[in-house]
Amino acid sequence: MSDLYADETMVDLYVFETSQLLEQFEKTILSSEKTSYYTEDAINEIFRIMHTIKGSSAMMELSNIASLSHSVEDAFYFLRENKPENLDCSELTDYVLDSVDFIKTEMEKIKSGNPADGNADDLTEKIKSFLNTLKNGNAKLNSYKAVLFFEDGCEMENIRAYSVIHNLKEIASDLSYIPNDVAENDDSIIAIRKNGFCINFKSDYTYEKVREFLSHTIFLKELLLDSDEETTEKIVVSEVVPETVIEKVTENAPVQIVVEEKVKTPVVKETVKNSSTQQNIISVSVAKMDILMDLVGEMVIAESMVLQNPDLAGLELNNFTKAARQLKKITDEMQDMVMSIRMVPLLATFYKMQRLVRDMSQKLNKEVQLKILGEGTEVDKNIIEHISDPIMHLVRNAIDHGIESPEDRVAKGKKSEGTITLEAKNAGNDVLIIVKDDGMGLDKKKIYDKAFKNGLTTKTIEELSDITIFSFIFLPGFSTNDSVTEFSGRGVGMDVVTKNIEQIGGAVSIASSMNKGTVITLKIPLTLAIIDGMNIKVGESRYTIPTISIKESFKPVEKDIITDPDGNEMIMVRGRCHPVLRLYEYYNVENAVTNLTDGIFIEVEQDDGIICVFADELLGQQQVVVKVLPEYIKKHKKLHGISGCTLLGDGSISLILNVSGMIN
Amino acid sequence: MFNEMEEMSEIEEDTQKNRFLTFSLEAETYGIEISCITEIVKIQPITDVPELPEYMKGIINLRGKIIPIMDIRLRFKKEPKPYNDRTCVIIIDMNNLNIGLIVDNVSEVVSIEESNIVDPPTVSCTFNNKYIKNIGKIGKEIKLLLDCEKLTRDDELDVIRKVV
Repeated sequence: MSDLYADETMVDLYVFETSQLLEQFEKTILSSEKTSYYTEDAINEIFRIMHTIKGSSAMMELSNIASLSHSVEDAFYFLRENKPENLDCSELTDYVLDSVDFIKTEMEKIKSGNPADGNADDLTEKIKSFLNTLKNGNAKLNSYKAVLFFEDGCEMENIRAYSVIHNLKEIASDLSYIPNDVAENDDSIIAIRKNGFCINFKSDYTYEKVREFLSHTIFLKELLLDSDEETTEKIVVSEVVPETVIEKVTENAPVQIVVEEKVKTPVVKETVKNSSTQQNIISVSVAKMDILMDLVGEMVIAESMVLQNPDLAGLELNNFTKAARQLKKITDEMQDMVMSIRMVPLLATFYKMQRLVRDMSQKLNKEVQLKILGEGTEVDKNIIEHISDPIMHLVRNAIDHGIESPEDRVAKGKKSEGTITLEAKNAGNDVLIIVKDDGMGLDKKKIYDKAFKNGLTTKTIEELSDITIFSFIFLPGFSTNDSVTEFSGRGVGMDVVTKNIEQIGGAVSIASSMNKGTVITLKIPLTLAIIDGMNIKVGESRYTIPTISIKESFKPVEKDIITDPDGNEMIMVRGRCHPVLRLYEYYNVENAVTNLTDGIFIEVEQDDGIICVFADELLGQQQVVVKVLPEYIKKHKKLHGISGCTLLGDGSISLILNVSGMIN
Repeated sequence: MFNEMEEMSEIEEDTQKNRFLTFSLEAETYGIEISCITEIVKIQPITDVPELPEYMKGIINLRGKIIPIMDIRLRFKKEPKPYNDRTCVIIIDMNNLNIGLIVDNVSEVVSIEESNIVDPPTVSCTFNNKYIKNIGKIGKEIKLLLDCEKLTRDDELDVIRKVV
């Protein structure tokens, strides 16, 4: 039983570590590709990462990943030692990224408990032939003609001939041989016995090397080797690697199948590379973090229960108060620290987009550059999972619909390369994530037409505000595409965005102008768990309003209150008019103060407007731990204006009001 | 040794199966399987939550946990009675969904054999039947055994069905 658990944690650890390494790997590769250059540091790091992955995969008995990473490791070793000149960086990066994708898929399989049975052989073949082309470009190719005679009576000459061909493939290309049906036809034996086995091939090995190579064939009686080589200096240089390869090859038995998956070796040049920040980081399971958060929350509540205990009311307790203050200070600090532990910078999510942008822009033949700002901004770990998908959808939309093709852009007088900007910044209690593109913007008319056609609106285009028209695109199934492409058109993406963002209590807004671009802003609350709240009393019930939304509170004067013909009440505040919300009416609370001048008004602000909430009295400000409403109630009905509840110092429950919910 | 352990685990299972906590409501006696009951507490101040159905009284704070409370009397369309000190709240837990049921009083825990449990009448589709899983007989008495799952599940369907 304990073995099972040990295995599971080992697998988890392996997957986690490998995924982390792959992320770093990808980042390095992409930045190197951008500069068409692989620095010494980059190579070393890549070599190191692949070496680690190889080792751990071998330990987990995942031979496919192990051998793939082994070959990448070899490739980068070669790079480090040799620094070939004619490297096609982008093609190489493609192959390396394909390998990364392969390993990633295997990780996914393991994560979901399926066996990692992927086959990397296809990739291997592609890489090998590419590598050959590279080698051929590196050194001058020599043509050779070899005739082999086997010992009399050694039997099975055709098989031996076939194995020679097989071995030769490692170091040669353009092979042709007579008789050429050695593998299938036993009659070829006679031909071989009579005329010898004749091979024509090209190789970048020197004459001596080739001779030595072929001489190692077992039962070889005689070897005739001709070449029309033209020696160049380059050959001497390239011998460095062939040497090591040959040694390995010829040491083995005749029929060898050396499947070295050599990934295309990247070019080595200098770029500025940040050294990896592998300092003093420890990974903790999220479950433990959650428990810790809960405990700290409970502690805050218990602390307030002690400090605001009714038993203490009215007593003169100087020393106690001092000690209590000290306690409060420490608990506050601890709370801050625990919250910050859960905060994760957005940069990992943003960097994932780089890969997406690269792939998509290649596929769609558009030139797109991704700019990232404010990636150090941190959000709670829970939230990161919920925003990675929406951001991906938004970036895809930007590239697919927003950015025009290079020709179109030039025709419009823009730079042929489009720019997508991903920015994150803190704004009060929220984090703003902005996806901006300088593409063709949202076509108001097209959206309106589609909406009208689908019966989503009956008003004319002039009657609807820009924002309303733009928000049609958030509806599920809405798309102005006529057909579905690989990337978009189903009308699903924006719906996913809104759902995900709403789930974490955030909001999405769009601004756009034709031919200039589109800006989509995601507003996400910083933390879900602990907020500063103002407790208010309405009748026997208690409510809490997040302090951040409160602008001010005041006692009203009768003459400031106006009622409009519809019966809606409004109040004048410093020359501006705001609607009034009587809480006791809204929530049917009994025994509340009804006379407006006896209670208190609290002016609360949400995104678009301000309303004035009427309550009996203010009870005091307090840091409260947000507890979610029980599942049963949430499932029942979406309660307007209530986003959660909290426990007050005396153990009673206070409902947390969500102002934007009350207004809509 | 192994056999003994097996037997013990069997016995353990048995101690929870077919045992029901009975409580009375007006003239009928109801039973709930004790496997879904986490605890029984005395009635305590309930915080009202607006916009909930009549029978959902609100929420309570149970040692830091927020539990929604349903008044069984109102759920089963009986006349509401004021709460006294015999009124109890039975906290049930189905698939991590907790709710509390306010009952007039609780009686005892009884074991009812499988043989004494029959299916409820399927003919009349009255409202109450939804929550009755089956009917148990003890001696001459009949106990209506409630279905915990149905109680904790979404009641929206119920509302729709009534309208339809």
